[in-house]
Amino acid sequence: MADPTKEESPVAQAEAATQDPTAQQNAQVLALLHKLFGEATFTEVAEPYGLLTVTTKREHIHNIIAGLQQDQELMFHFLTTMCGIHYPENLNQELGMIYHLHSLVHNIRLRIKIFFPIADPVVPTITDLYATANWMEREAYDFYGVIFPGHPNLIRILNVEDMDYHPMRKEYPLEDGTREDKTDLFFGR
Amino acid sequence: MAVNDALAGTHKIIEEAREQQGGQLVPTLNDFSQELTTLNLGPTHPATHGIFQNILQMDGERIISGVSTIGYIHRAFEKIAERRPFYQITPLTDRMNYCSSPINNMGWHMTVEKLLGVQVPKRAQYMRVIMMELARIADHLICNSILGVDTGAFTGFLYVFQEREKIYEIYEEVCGSRLTTNMGRVGGMERDFSPVALQKLRKWLKEFPAVMREFESMFTRNRIFMDRISNVGPISAERALNYGFTGPNLRAAGVDYDVRVMNPYSSYEDFEFDIPVGTNGDTYDRFIVRNEEIWQSLRIINQALDNLPEGPFHADAPHYYLPPKQAVYKNMEALIYHFKIIMGEIEAPVGEVYHSVEGGNGELGFYLVSDGGRTPYRLHFRRPCFIYYQAYPEMVVGTSLSDAIVILSSMNVIAGELDA
Repeated sequence: MADPTKEESPVAQAEAATQDPTAQQNAQVLALLHKLFGEATFTEVAEPYGLLTVTTKREHIHNIIAGLQQDQELMFHFLTTMCGIHYPENLNQELGMIYHLHSLVHNIRLRIKIFFPIADPVVPTITDLYATANWMEREAYDFYGVIFPGHPNLIRILNVEDMDYHPMRKEYPLEDGTREDKTDLFFGR
Repeated sequence: MAVNDALAGTHKIIEEAREQQGGQLVPTLNDFSQELTTLNLGPTHPATHGIFQNILQMDGERIISGVSTIGYIHRAFEKIAERRPFYQITPLTDRMNYCSSPINNMGWHMTVEKLLGVQVPKRAQYMRVIMMELARIADHLICNSILGVDTGAFTGFLYVFQEREKIYEIYEEVCGSRLTTNMGRVGGMERDFSPVALQKLRKWLKEFPAVMREFESMFTRNRIFMDRISNVGPISAERALNYGFTGPNLRAAGVDYDVRVMNPYSSYEDFEFDIPVGTNGDTYDRFIVRNEEIWQSLRIINQALDNLPEGPFHADAPHYYLPPKQAVYKNMEALIYHFKIIMGEIEAPVGEVYHSVEGGNGELGFYLVSDGGRTPYRLHFRRPCFIYYQAYPEMVVGTSLSDAIVILSSMNVIAGELDA
């Protein structure tokens, strides 16, 4: 039916046209974020694959998410997901929490990251803002050992209760590192 | 004397019960029972279709509070994914929502394609749409017919299970497997639709609407069924959004959020379809929304099949897309690429990407952090079941045990997706 070479060009054009509005929209959202919370609040700003990503300090996280939820202009009413992450090499910033917010009204997504030392893995809870944060925070506690003071029921969720470590941290390899029967000379394991 | 005391006590209880209920209802046996019962619903209960444990506090027949325990089939997918090359993660996604595996597979493939910057040709996108919508129909058919079984109507389940079997036969023709499909690849489909697959698909598209109409005529306006599930387990739009509901459960509450429309992927913007919404988010609304979505999915499949573009069924991306097996034996480059891809030695950019698709149960998201290595540095699945199942205790409070069963059934909680 249709010629694939002809198909390509309008698609590419449409892609180029939509990419620009995304960048513009992100710039607008960022300007609003700076206006609401101050420029110094955000230590790092990036746009990987068109999704505005800001890094902040954990002291501000509750404030920011509450502010975004109440803001009449942005209306970030939906917490898509949140998850932990572990970078053992980043000294005093080993653990992180990553929040994905979605403004369903304007269809804007926003990613907020915080990093904190593994020796002091305490992050304010946002269960008072989003009921859905309850199990997500339990999951982050279960797998990364992040503590959320104020959480109504911070216990393990997917792993057994008597587990004494947090398995998604990078120091726990998936397989026993001392096993030799699986070693591959050329590609390693 | 003792008898009189006991009688006085009883009268007092009746009076209190009358006051509580506005003095209208005749007191029942429940009003006399002073002690609560703890009921373990699950982990293995025949009515819960999966391994869910709910510890319910019951006052007679009525549920006072509930606590959900999950994780019975937790398989550490996120941890395993940190050790696997991208293409080996597809079988993990099969095992999340196993009622609609192709959607999970293709959602994951699209995430990797977004990271790698691979453009998928139109034909492959349309083929994906057809398979994903078939999967959605299979998923919704299971949910709605099982809801019938839980309310005592077995016939509808038998009717539509035959149709699901036919969908699985189409899967078989397309990818070779039925339940855990591992369908498609990064960069497109592994093979074009065979003539048999197309013939089966066309035949099914012709025959299925009659069965679906019959199924609907058995349930939709059935007085017994409506009385049984109307106003059971309603949830307001605000609560649903606060709980992170997505998919049919959110739409039943009246919010028209659908990833296919909001952030179109795989050429969904080319098709015309409606997003059905409910009003009060009760079990009946969820049932009706799913039924209507089946019709809309049929519309999409018909449009995609009629306008299926000619051309390649996979992207021209030899670094990421496995070459045909015959070429591997004859062609040096094909052998090298085959080897590199199988060993996971492909070049992935450093970056992070979030991609979501409209799964059978809602927004199925993949958050992939790549450090440029052969495996993801971190992969997080946004599993819609996990997120909305936490509303279950709130939804069952005040209802009876039999209502709790139909609420669970109509929410379509899939254990595999819940526990990952």
